[in-house]
Amino acid sequence: MQSAGPILQTKNLNVYYGSKRVVTDVTLDFVRNRITAIIGPSGCGKSTLLRCFNRMNDLIPSATITGQVLFEGQDLYAPHVDPTEIRYQIGMVFQNPNPFPKSIYDNVAFGPKINGFKGNMPELVERSLRRAALWEEVSDRLKSSALALSGGQQQRLCIARALAVEPRVILMDEPCSSLDPIATLAVEDLMRELSQDYSIIIVTHNMQQAARVSDFTAFLMAGHERVGELIEYGDSRQIFTNPKDERTEAYITGRFG
Amino acid sequence: MLRADFDRNLIKLQDDLLSLGDMVERAIIKSMDALEQRDLKASFEVVQDDELINERRFQLEEDSIDLIATQQPLATDLRALIVALQIAVELERMGDYAEGIGKVSLIIGDEPLFKHIDELRHMSVHARDMLRRSLKALVDRDTAAARQVWDDDDRVDRLYDEVCKELFAGMAREPQTIERATHLLWVAHDLERMADRATNIAERVIFLVTGGQVDDIVENR
Repeated sequence: MQSAGPILQTKNLNVYYGSKRVVTDVTLDFVRNRITAIIGPSGCGKSTLLRCFNRMNDLIPSATITGQVLFEGQDLYAPHVDPTEIRYQIGMVFQNPNPFPKSIYDNVAFGPKINGFKGNMPELVERSLRRAALWEEVSDRLKSSALALSGGQQQRLCIARALAVEPRVILMDEPCSSLDPIATLAVEDLMRELSQDYSIIIVTHNMQQAARVSDFTAFLMAGHERVGELIEYGDSRQIFTNPKDERTEAYITGRFG
Repeated sequence: MLRADFDRNLIKLQDDLLSLGDMVERAIIKSMDALEQRDLKASFEVVQDDELINERRFQLEEDSIDLIATQQPLATDLRALIVALQIAVELERMGDYAEGIGKVSLIIGDEPLFKHIDELRHMSVHARDMLRRSLKALVDRDTAAARQVWDDDDRVDRLYDEVCKELFAGMAREPQTIERATHLLWVAHDLERMADRATNIAERVIFLVTGGQVDDIVENR
């Protein structure tokens, strides 16, 4: 069921590692079926923010949050919420492709299998690989090791693996930073394609990539006491051609960062 | 300071625009002086030297494209490069109008100059003034000054209307002057278009600074 409002929202979100606050007071709506880029200098808390959306920060014992993260209007951090369940709905693709040391087929089938998927698995695997624009390249060697694929193929396999559990949101943390330019463009094309059915949030250091691929952009920067804060959010076209805040301007034109 | 080399290149690009602006202004002055003094040699030089203005414009274009390709500019940097490309075109076209005046002078040849040269000179002074102020607004990133240039185009338009009206009336009274009067209509038209190009430069300055169009400035007044 699709509703009209934002798919994800943060309300006065603060993130702490122990007693140190690393992200402060972020209030932001993420538009459904659109690509939102989170940009900012190293250490501004953008990956930390991203990891709040599928509770990956839970894996860091000292990490705590205040404020709210809402997924489809529901509090992601409410006591009854199962973080594992959340991670099926809000999938993640990481900086370095991290396929399991298994066959291509098993990589994609892994999540659904654990999830107790009872349907037609070969069909699901094919559909996921097609959606990740990888099917044509691997359909004749599904049983060979995923580790034999090129970096760009591995990253698309990881995307297929995330898609196989039918998520609503895909989080991408620097998904192209270890890929060559051609593989990068393939992943970007894929993102555009996927954004018709999924909401995508991407953290990237590559300004050109954010400008090319995203609909909306949030710029974070470490401000007072090096705590990351949201400086500007807007339509990507506006952010990259005519940002309102001079700190955004300085960052995207490479005058600091 | 990051991107010092890029910043130097942006400044050089602006300097090149200013020097192209100088060439164009000198062409305007020379074309009008030559017309008035019936100096055909000077008129011929204006026509010939337009090639130098064209070359400069293409060089500017090449430099801008190089910077876009190698620096992948965003935000103000991107607008500065796009605006430089556009202003180079506007200046080059202003040079073409000066060349046009030179050609009219050559066509008039040994004939004495028809009347109304004072009004035409008046127009050319305004057009040059607008050119200079639009480029100063560029250097100063001054939207108010750019807006003023934009407003001043009305004065040149009015002068143009007056000159046309008088020339038409003269043609009606003395049909034997039609040919000579037509030559001056061309000159008036060239000058009027020059002023339009200066307002285009002013518009580009406003875009460079605000990312918006001249209307946004009107509405915000």
